[in-house]
Amino acid sequence: MSTTDSPPAPTGAQFLATQASPEFQELRTRLRRFVFPMTAFFLLWYGLYVLLGAFAHDFMAAKVFGNVNVGLLIGLGQFLSTFVITGLYVRFANRELDPRAAAIRAQLEGDVR
Amino acid sequence: MITYSAAETIGNPVANMAIFGVFVLVTLFVVIRASKRNATADEFFTGGRAFSGPQNGIAIAGDYLSAASFLGIAGAIAVYGYDGFLYSIGFLVAWLVALLLVAELLRNTGKFTMADVLSFRLKQKPVRLAAAISTMTVSLFYLLAQMAGAGGLVALLLDVKSRSGQSIVIAVVGILMIVYVLVGGMKGTTWVQIIKAVLLITGAALMTVMVLAKFGLNFSDILGSAQSAISGSSNAAVAKRDVLAPGAQYGGSLTSKINFISLALALVLGTAGLPHVLMRFYTVPTAKEARRSVVWAIGLIGAFYLFTLVLGYGAAAIVGPDRILAAAGGQNSAAPLLAFELGGVVLLGIISAVAFATILAVVAGLTITASASFAHDVYASVVHHGKRAVSEAEQVKVSRITAVVLGILGIGLGILANGQNIAFLVALAFAVAAAANLPTIIYSLYWKRFNTRGALWSMYGGLISTIALIVFSPAVSGAKTAMIPSMDFAYFPLANPGIVSIPLAFLLGIVGTLSSPDRGDPARNAEMEVRSLTGVGAEKAIAH
Repeated sequence: MSTTDSPPAPTGAQFLATQASPEFQELRTRLRRFVFPMTAFFLLWYGLYVLLGAFAHDFMAAKVFGNVNVGLLIGLGQFLSTFVITGLYVRFANRELDPRAAAIRAQLEGDVR
Repeated sequence: MITYSAAETIGNPVANMAIFGVFVLVTLFVVIRASKRNATADEFFTGGRAFSGPQNGIAIAGDYLSAASFLGIAGAIAVYGYDGFLYSIGFLVAWLVALLLVAELLRNTGKFTMADVLSFRLKQKPVRLAAAISTMTVSLFYLLAQMAGAGGLVALLLDVKSRSGQSIVIAVVGILMIVYVLVGGMKGTTWVQIIKAVLLITGAALMTVMVLAKFGLNFSDILGSAQSAISGSSNAAVAKRDVLAPGAQYGGSLTSKINFISLALALVLGTAGLPHVLMRFYTVPTAKEARRSVVWAIGLIGAFYLFTLVLGYGAAAIVGPDRILAAAGGQNSAAPLLAFELGGVVLLGIISAVAFATILAVVAGLTITASASFAHDVYASVVHHGKRAVSEAEQVKVSRITAVVLGILGIGLGILANGQNIAFLVALAFAVAAAANLPTIIYSLYWKRFNTRGALWSMYGGLISTIALIVFSPAVSGAKTAMIPSMDFAYFPLANPGIVSIPLAFLLGIVGTLSSPDRGDPARNAEMEVRSLTGVGAEKAIAH
């Protein structure tokens, strides 16, 4: 691979300085504040569903309308929540993460050059 | 019964084979066209990182929706009802782990393999070796399940009943796979997966529309008809099932319920640790495209599982459980039989060809992942580390040789395992991925203090405990459905080891890390964190 217009790699000191910078800390905090609680939420919601499936057969079998029962609705709810969380994350990442990451990247690669 | 199943299962083997032949010709043409340049390691291992997010997302769906997903889940829903649906939910929700925690940071940090990320700020040699061993273990289990599954599929769809005939077909599948990987590299393999995913999802969508049309778009009616067909089964055990509620497959004893929870845990945490899925994130140029890949994959995989829900209950209602269970492939034949009922020989031929294409594409993806890991992690970094630099061209050469060896190994083991009860191997691959890979991936991306000892304890602990527990489980011995039913060394009651091995591996990562004074190199730690979150170095380096 030619390296004609890739910048030389930043040094360890530059990475340490970037890591300590308020801009980077802000990016890191925002990412973690979104993905950790969201991960905890969907894992608990999935865990609840699995436990209900294993231990609460009568509850899951209760008919809601026609032949559609609670279990089927909660199962479809897992699909819905997966799609919604995906959409929320993409919107969050596009708005909050990408511009911040791009700014730090530009600065670091500019410094090197 | 025998004449009945012979008449019912086949449709027209010549048509099935002809349609599959057309698929092979078209994909070979595309592979050769797409792979004019495969000289550099970047081209061979990542397709030059030139795929767009949507393309890669479709390929991920193609990689992920194996024949087990298509035939297995539709069949499980047709025969056990709701419990088959539970499976598909675990497979789908798992993608959120990949999307939120892994995909983008991994894309930013690594180059070719999972080990690139894991060894970034840890000791190269031991960590790479551990990651390569677990990559190859997962790939081999997965590969074996697919190859042996091909044998059963042949019996069902091509009317090849003799063992030698089935062995020939397994060998043909293996040889085609070797050709795809050798000629096509990652680029060719990706195109095979894209074509296959489009065919599979279109075929499933078409059948779903036909089933819904038959019932006047009333899903509740499909459920009602499915339950009455099950209740009318001549098999008393099947007839008493309530297929609209959980419990038909995993109800009963507390052990079987815990076994089910253990399976659910492995499914949801395994996906983001599957090496062949992780390697797909390197085929796109940026983290943003990696994100778009996962979004597309979630959309397609979610839609596909919703289709299988309709197809499974539709097969129960339209084909009926007795005919499904009497057919050559047992419950796996639910979707093909439904295709035959809905669209006759032509639709059955298309669905059969798609099922074959599925096996072919998945084994090709597994082979390129395992061979890349061997060449890049074991050969270049461990065997020759310190003695001499191994050029990327040499890595590609070693990888090609490995692919041929793996292909021959896969053919041999697939022929030996044909007819064995190996359905648990895919679940085992997920359990190994969740226990041996995921903890170390998460820790190395998010935990600054994490060190080499933690990684090694977690990876080897997860790998060894998962395999040891499965060896001593009822899946291998001591039960009528076990691999070795004549012996009994099933000291561990669960067929799914995840509930023990996954928490153990997470714990070992913490204990190993804290028991070692090693805090790593602060500059290297900073570099990994900055690179993973911002993509410094990863995006510019691929401009050529």
